[in-house]
Amino acid sequence: MEKVEKVLLLGSGGLKIGQAGEFDYSGTQAIKALKEEGVRVVLMNPNIATVQTDEGLADAVYLLPLTLQFALQVIKKERPDAILLGFGGQTALNLGLELQEKGILTKYKVRVLGTPVSVIRDTEDRELFVKRLQEIGVKTARSFAARSIADAQKAAQKIGYPIMVRAGFALGGLGSGIIRTPAELSQRLTEIFKSSPQVLIEEDLCGWKEVEYEIVRDCADNCISVCNMENIDPMGIHTGESIVVAPSQTLSNEEYHRLREIAIKTIRHLGVVGECNIQYALNPKTGDYRVIEVNARLSRSSALASKATGYPLAFIAAKLALGFTLPELKNSVTKTTTACFEPALDYIVLKMPRWDLTKFENAITQIGTEMKSVGEVMAIGRSFEEVLQKAIRMLSIGADGFTAHKNGNFRIPHYMDEIKHPTTRRIFALAEALRAGVSTKKISTASGIDPWFLEKMQNIILCAKKISRSHLDRKTILGAKKLGFSDIQIATLTKSTEDRVRKERKRLKVLPVIKQIDTLAGEFPAQTNYLYITYNGTKSDVVHGKNSVVVLGSGPYCIGSSVEFDWSSVQVLKTLAENKYETIMINSNPETVSTDYDMSNRLYFEELSLERVLDIYEFEKPKGVVISTGGQIPNNLALPLHSRGVKILGTSPKNIDRAEDRHTFSKLLDRLAIDQPAWVELTTHKAAAKAALKLGYPVLVRPSYVLSGSAMSVAYDEPSLLRYLKKAVDISTEHPVVISKFIENAREIEIDGVASHGKLVIYAITEHVENAGTHSGDATVVLPPQRTYLETIRRAKHVTKGIVKELQITGPFNIQFLAKENHLQVIECNVRASRSFPFVSKVTGYNFIDIATRAMLKEDVSGDYRTLELDFVAVKSPQFSYARIKGADPVSNVEMASTGEVACFGDSFAEALIKSMLSAGFRLPKKNILISLGKEENKVKLLPALRELAKMNFKLFATEHTADFMRENGIECEKVYKIGTKKEPSVGSLLDNDGIDLIINIPGRNFGREAADGYIIRRKAVDMNIPLITNRQLAESFIVAFSEMNPAQLKSESVSMYRNKSEV
Amino acid sequence: MKLTLKDGTVFEGKSFGANVPAAGEVVFNTGMVGYVESLSDPSYTGQILVLSYPLVGNYGVPDKGFFESAKIHAAGLVVAEYSENYSHHAARESLSEWLKRSKVPAITGIDTRALTQKLREHGIMLGVLDANPANAVRRRLTALDFVDPNEENLVAQVSIKKPETYGDGPATIVLVDCGAKENILRSLMRPETKVVRVPWDYDFTNDTYDGIVISNGPGDPQQCEETIANLRRAMISNKPILGICLGTQLLALTAGATTYKLKYGHRSQNQPCIDTETHRCYITSQNHGYAVDAKSLPADWKVWFTNANDGSVEGIKHRTKPWRAVQFHPEASPGPTDTAWIFDDFVLNIKGLRNP
Repeated sequence: MEKVEKVLLLGSGGLKIGQAGEFDYSGTQAIKALKEEGVRVVLMNPNIATVQTDEGLADAVYLLPLTLQFALQVIKKERPDAILLGFGGQTALNLGLELQEKGILTKYKVRVLGTPVSVIRDTEDRELFVKRLQEIGVKTARSFAARSIADAQKAAQKIGYPIMVRAGFALGGLGSGIIRTPAELSQRLTEIFKSSPQVLIEEDLCGWKEVEYEIVRDCADNCISVCNMENIDPMGIHTGESIVVAPSQTLSNEEYHRLREIAIKTIRHLGVVGECNIQYALNPKTGDYRVIEVNARLSRSSALASKATGYPLAFIAAKLALGFTLPELKNSVTKTTTACFEPALDYIVLKMPRWDLTKFENAITQIGTEMKSVGEVMAIGRSFEEVLQKAIRMLSIGADGFTAHKNGNFRIPHYMDEIKHPTTRRIFALAEALRAGVSTKKISTASGIDPWFLEKMQNIILCAKKISRSHLDRKTILGAKKLGFSDIQIATLTKSTEDRVRKERKRLKVLPVIKQIDTLAGEFPAQTNYLYITYNGTKSDVVHGKNSVVVLGSGPYCIGSSVEFDWSSVQVLKTLAENKYETIMINSNPETVSTDYDMSNRLYFEELSLERVLDIYEFEKPKGVVISTGGQIPNNLALPLHSRGVKILGTSPKNIDRAEDRHTFSKLLDRLAIDQPAWVELTTHKAAAKAALKLGYPVLVRPSYVLSGSAMSVAYDEPSLLRYLKKAVDISTEHPVVISKFIENAREIEIDGVASHGKLVIYAITEHVENAGTHSGDATVVLPPQRTYLETIRRAKHVTKGIVKELQITGPFNIQFLAKENHLQVIECNVRASRSFPFVSKVTGYNFIDIATRAMLKEDVSGDYRTLELDFVAVKSPQFSYARIKGADPVSNVEMASTGEVACFGDSFAEALIKSMLSAGFRLPKKNILISLGKEENKVKLLPALRELAKMNFKLFATEHTADFMRENGIECEKVYKIGTKKEPSVGSLLDNDGIDLIINIPGRNFGREAADGYIIRRKAVDMNIPLITNRQLAESFIVAFSEMNPAQLKSESVSMYRNKSEV
Repeated sequence: MKLTLKDGTVFEGKSFGANVPAAGEVVFNTGMVGYVESLSDPSYTGQILVLSYPLVGNYGVPDKGFFESAKIHAAGLVVAEYSENYSHHAARESLSEWLKRSKVPAITGIDTRALTQKLREHGIMLGVLDANPANAVRRRLTALDFVDPNEENLVAQVSIKKPETYGDGPATIVLVDCGAKENILRSLMRPETKVVRVPWDYDFTNDTYDGIVISNGPGDPQQCEETIANLRRAMISNKPILGICLGTQLLALTAGATTYKLKYGHRSQNQPCIDTETHRCYITSQNHGYAVDAKSLPADWKVWFTNANDGSVEGIKHRTKPWRAVQFHPEASPGPTDTAWIFDDFVLNIKGLRNP
């Protein structure tokens, strides 16, 4: 193979449902693998919060939209001789296919490394795929497309009932379902053909086991299966929505190796080079199989397999892409054996999805063939019961395990319904059913879950019943621990406390052991630092280290806690290592870089719970624990750890708590004479209503204790306040709510900073494009600020210094301000790294986490950090996943909804904004724009921008009142009627037929009936993939930017080019 | 129940097999599936099998048509967690029922990773599964209790007693049964073959046949002097020979090479073996405690496969004659099926000789 000099690596962009942090892991490993061979790496990825976009990894980083236009520019500029498509998820793969199709790769002589494009096409195109597999007699699910009822009936006859019907081109499996008779089929088809021209008639595989294999093949045709995995939830539930175990548990040797053989045969026939994943359906009654799909790239499953086995799949895949063969590569865990082997596990791994649907009103919580989960956790142990209970706790949703919860949120009244029609709470429904004594056979029939798993679950329920009846002796506690019970669960069952159970347990010498993941099940000695903790064992593999520091990771990704915290954790590890500390990482999230085999001296793939962190702390005896870089989960552990004698590095946990506790913090601000929105704390509905009236609506309501649903809300009137209090909040003396004045039309600015011993060291001020009311995580953020007065900045800095001093902060922090007409109010302070730390670090060129870590290590970090004087502008945009969350209203509010973020640099705000929006999936309008503005104020304020838009020769459509208003103001537009009026032309038919390529829909208010039409428009925009803007300030900024910027002038410069500009 | 190793280490657990004592050589296997195939593999005769994968018994035990021989050959079984519940469409009984029926003891609740590491560090050790805890109190286990199976002729115990014929194809293969796994037989049986399975010490050299397969089997290859003598005579006729596992060691000894005992053997389903001719790497299933010494191979033989992890000999081949052998198990069961082509090659080889 010709020597490769320079490779273009495509990233995956902002995190969204179905494509999360796993691609930071794969891209980062790829870069390391390439650099090791002296290959220059050019990375294109607008996800600024990733490790892979860090300085010192790739040779050039382009924070740019992953689109043809920008990729072409980068190729022209960098002239790479090769490109890697398999490390950035579907986004990178699709862009690669497009580059190939357009002849760009050929024209610029860019070779595709790894799996050839023709092979990718064979796996992506359903018809080609089936044909290729038929060539070697491998079975795929039978499927026919039909355009008429007669054709469909014929197809159904061929396959045999029951069949699965799916509407072609329909969104979200609309109209899909199981059909048992020809008559039923005719009836269903009549409905479907009204909205869809085509149906797919498929073999019904619901209830079959779903099994996956991760396969690696090199260019010399060596082919191995690194890991197999079995979904506990059978076919019919997306593997991203399923609970998955590795290795498979209910497959016999014959099945395991038959599927492995078919996998290898298939992958060889297709000609994949590198890593891929093959999914099967396996009939539980006959052992018959179907291949469902092959993903010829790194995937979420491969990240999981990599963490589950310790085999660095992405690293190896990158080496194979360069032309290495498997036997030439070393097993990086044992360092002595070859990479051409198949890991043997001597433990069991369980992955569980993390959903976040309660953040969305109207969101449907049923799970099925579409992925909705936003993150996942992975538990490692030596019994199924142990890993199941660990995984549930790792989700950090308040559940203490499979059963025995301290709070009552996990009781499912209609459990059989949620078992039959699975929801995100099915695992708790299973527990409820088993508690109620429903037989595993009955549950298995209703759910399709293999009885083996259910019987294991039943062991947990039986044990819980036994504990609550018996005396806590050594045998009982040890038995419970082997089944994964936490001290809290045991405390709940015995009406004791966690601390008392822990003390008694230790007295009885019921202690866990630490085991290594060594890829060879102990057969060869391995220098592995990859660890887990189990009670199913008698001997630890390791002894405690020296001079170590523990870093608590972020736990599962969820809305509000994403790859940014993984980035921060990784930076801490790096700085600690530079300072000659042994690093110990604790994390439970397999989609992370922090859990990579070479990031820390020791990795505990473990629960971020008080019990487990104490276990590790007591064993390792470290110098201290860093809790301030992993987001809210580790932050919440600060005080409990501190009060049990754990040394926390950085700000004192007592002071962290003073900022966390809204009541204390507000009093603190009052004392420091720092302005804040008026607030009151209340314990009854009546008092709340009275107080709200006094403060004046709208008000912001925040509970101190969340039952379900949103944690925060804006109420515009008394009915909406009471509705919210009733639905989401358990209001009592113990759990008061805080009601504060919601300030409208205020701007929001944030300070991210680092302090040392109460002294401000470095800070960056960012400005939100959207007004207050949009959650900071959903806001478009600008650095340096464009519209904030110098005086305001000075004042913000002054206030910050005061808070930093009062809380004696050492380490990272973030403060959020409201600015209105020269008036500055503090709304929140987090004494930990915020989501925007990677953004401010990469824009200013100062690694805030590095500085914070050194401050925590008591180094002198003072210096002259200039963060305001930049010769470019950076804009960060939220990445939403509304398309995946059926029913959710895609409008931002005080609750965060975005799943990721992207950021771009530009010479002007306009350029950076447009590039940033494009990076988040926005597309620039070409012809038709629909405008629909609620509330008079929105119309008036947007008028100048609308005039600009009118000048740009777009065809404008507007809904009734908006159209009237625009016409009155001399802006030509076509009027469309609301859907409810049944008059034509209506918004509905316009969206269905007229190629609208931008919708600006600004809702008047979040509540009320008049919002229904707006909701339909917004939802349709999402479902039909039409770019949508729902915020007035963003609409205004976008229109102005768009009118200033010719899209052809959007530049493609690398991060270092911008940085050099600043330094000149 | 407890497991006592010769060095005095005691592992306590719970019995889930027959409540009888057993002594043997304690060996570990790191495969994640395949307990049915392993237990019924005659090569485990005299050995107490430790499974390093912790959950065992999950899919029960199928009909004996799936076994590798008619019965359990391992002396005992050691697992971390025996799964009381099993679930599989092919299961006929639980693993516990099978073990009890077969009068084979088994112990669960053992830290099999710790045990595996111990065996790795010290090398394979003798051990005793003691059903009656009272014994331990009454007396210390003595050297006599630790039975070294390798001092016996285990092959003689597991080989068939008289020849049997399978199939009626034109090409006749003599399968020398030193404790052959059923899947070797299944792999050889094709429309074009007839397999005559003969006892380990049966002199087949005067019979009519087209090729010889020497099977796997338990114990020290040097115990099989009769087989070696027969092979030496058979070599005169230049007919194709395929050795598998113990068969490789026997072929090597016949050729004049020597064998040695590995510290803790290869027992797993993930052993990478490199074909020295093509440099292709295959993932193989293995179960052997002895190996061929590469340095001792005569000049007309060469190493065919080497283990990519420790460099040991995994296959040998005569430079000019159609004699070859693999230390791994191309018949798989349990384990990966990647090297099944070795049987195809062998059968083609025989046919080639018949119709040149």
